[in-house]
Amino acid sequence: MIQHFVHITPEFAFVDGKALNHNEKGAALLTELYRAHIGDYPKFFKMDTLSKLGFVASELLLQAEGELRFEPREDRAVVLFNRSASLQADTNFQATIQDPENFFPSPAAFVYTLANIVTGEIAIRNKYYGETSFIVLERQQPQVMAQQALAAFLDPMTESLISGWLDCEDENHFEAAIFLLKKGQYDNAETVSKEITKIFNIKY
Amino acid sequence: MIVSIADNIISPLGMTSEENYEAVKAGRSALHRYEDLWNLPEAFTASLMDRETVEDAFAALPVEKEYTFFEKIVLLSASRAIKRAGIDPSSERVLFILSTTKGNVFLLDKRETGFPQERVLLGVAARQMTDYFHNPNAPIVVSNACISGVCAQIEAIRNLQSGHYDYVVVAGADMQSAFIVSGFQSFKALSPESCKPFDAQRCGLNLGEAAATVVLARRDTVTENDWVLCRGAIRNDANHISGPSRTGEGSYRALKVALGSMNPDRIAFINAHGTATLYNDEMESIAIERAGLAQVSVNAMKGYYGHTMGAAGVLESILSMCAIDDHNILATKGFDTLGVSHPLLLSNQNQTTEKKAFIKLLSGFGGCNAALLFAKGVEL
Repeated sequence: MIQHFVHITPEFAFVDGKALNHNEKGAALLTELYRAHIGDYPKFFKMDTLSKLGFVASELLLQAEGELRFEPREDRAVVLFNRSASLQADTNFQATIQDPENFFPSPAAFVYTLANIVTGEIAIRNKYYGETSFIVLERQQPQVMAQQALAAFLDPMTESLISGWLDCEDENHFEAAIFLLKKGQYDNAETVSKEITKIFNIKY
Repeated sequence: MIVSIADNIISPLGMTSEENYEAVKAGRSALHRYEDLWNLPEAFTASLMDRETVEDAFAALPVEKEYTFFEKIVLLSASRAIKRAGIDPSSERVLFILSTTKGNVFLLDKRETGFPQERVLLGVAARQMTDYFHNPNAPIVVSNACISGVCAQIEAIRNLQSGHYDYVVVAGADMQSAFIVSGFQSFKALSPESCKPFDAQRCGLNLGEAAATVVLARRDTVTENDWVLCRGAIRNDANHISGPSRTGEGSYRALKVALGSMNPDRIAFINAHGTATLYNDEMESIAIERAGLAQVSVNAMKGYYGHTMGAAGVLESILSMCAIDDHNILATKGFDTLGVSHPLLLSNQNQTTEKKAFIKLLSGFGGCNAALLFAKGVEL
């Protein structure tokens, strides 16, 4: 089975099925998790909510994995899925250009109007030179996610994968359900799909 | 082996791949300067589709509902490519992949009221396409910034190799709007005039809109006229979310994988991203030299179409295939004097070639880079 997985929503945070203590909810929960478990990466505070979510979730995942961190590597890919792409950042940027009398488009806001920025944030933090991809689906589709995640192993160098669901509609509606997958661990999408469904539906 | 069996480009330069290729070969550019468009305070230069031309062409399609402009160019391009391919798009053996960065983002503007808000979601926009073709599979949207068009083709190759599908339709498209133009303006990334890829005087990019489609299939053998998508890779700079790597890290690594063990002498050209921003073009020159490809010709298409974002990787791949079919290396429009620190072989004139392979190279925000090797009549 999938050994390491992280599930975060505005209400809870679980690592490998175990609850993390917290007092906050929503985006404040992400900041609380950052301060309690990470704390050495001030760039976190510049990120939009999708990137904060992906950053915190991937940090917790990699801490659970417990391998040597921050060594440059090209054999690990980051392939994430969601429904909302960069909707929150898009809405925020739109607000800066909506009123012609008060028109102030901001480059800092614009850069996050791409869903794949979060995969770049994870790559930068971890010195991952491997593949980074973002795929948008109509809804959570474990079968499709499993198929596309396994497809990433067709890259000649990819040996492991941070993959899963990473969606953010706004500061109070988001979900990360990400996991680590190793090459050869599973040979068919059906099994991976079942594992992904388990992570989504696990009753805590 | 994975081959391209049909394609289409819908752009201001034409409604078929051939029209587009002939226009580019003749040196025509779709770039124009726009003032007071979309209530934007600053003028900009871009390659925009004539709305009426699209409406006229779209009127010929059998449709039962309302579509946005973005969806219309996707449907136009995909339906033309599918017709050429002669495949049944409603088959469960056909997968649709949409490559786009911003889809229907214009719907976020409060003045836009004609469509349900949910169409701003890329998956819902893509569903318009699969529904139109009565395709039962979940559409996949590759949204990997400016490299989406090559990523989508790499995804397609993998989905064919894994045997899940017999055909993959890869449609790449983006439409321009106040959202995107003002964003790039705020970045100071736009050139006020037509862009100058790799030139000493280059000062930024132009935006463009287009839709481009390739239909890919799996084959056991290839004939001399088949275009084979040999190998591709996506790599990250692990450096900065909006600035290109100073060592060309991701592009260099993607190029190395795409090249594999083949002899670079067989490559007619590298079709670079060549956005004509100072940093992108410089970064590409570093990556190309590091990959040992400094002796290979390089060209870029942004002087004809601007940066067509989600369409770019597909559109520029198709034009490059057309060029090799015509024994031609297309001129880099806007280029005059080399302005990158590592010498590249660029020309503002068309040049003949007898070589049969090229590499499509792209890079984008999020530090992502992609390279894909194409070869005609042979897998390299």
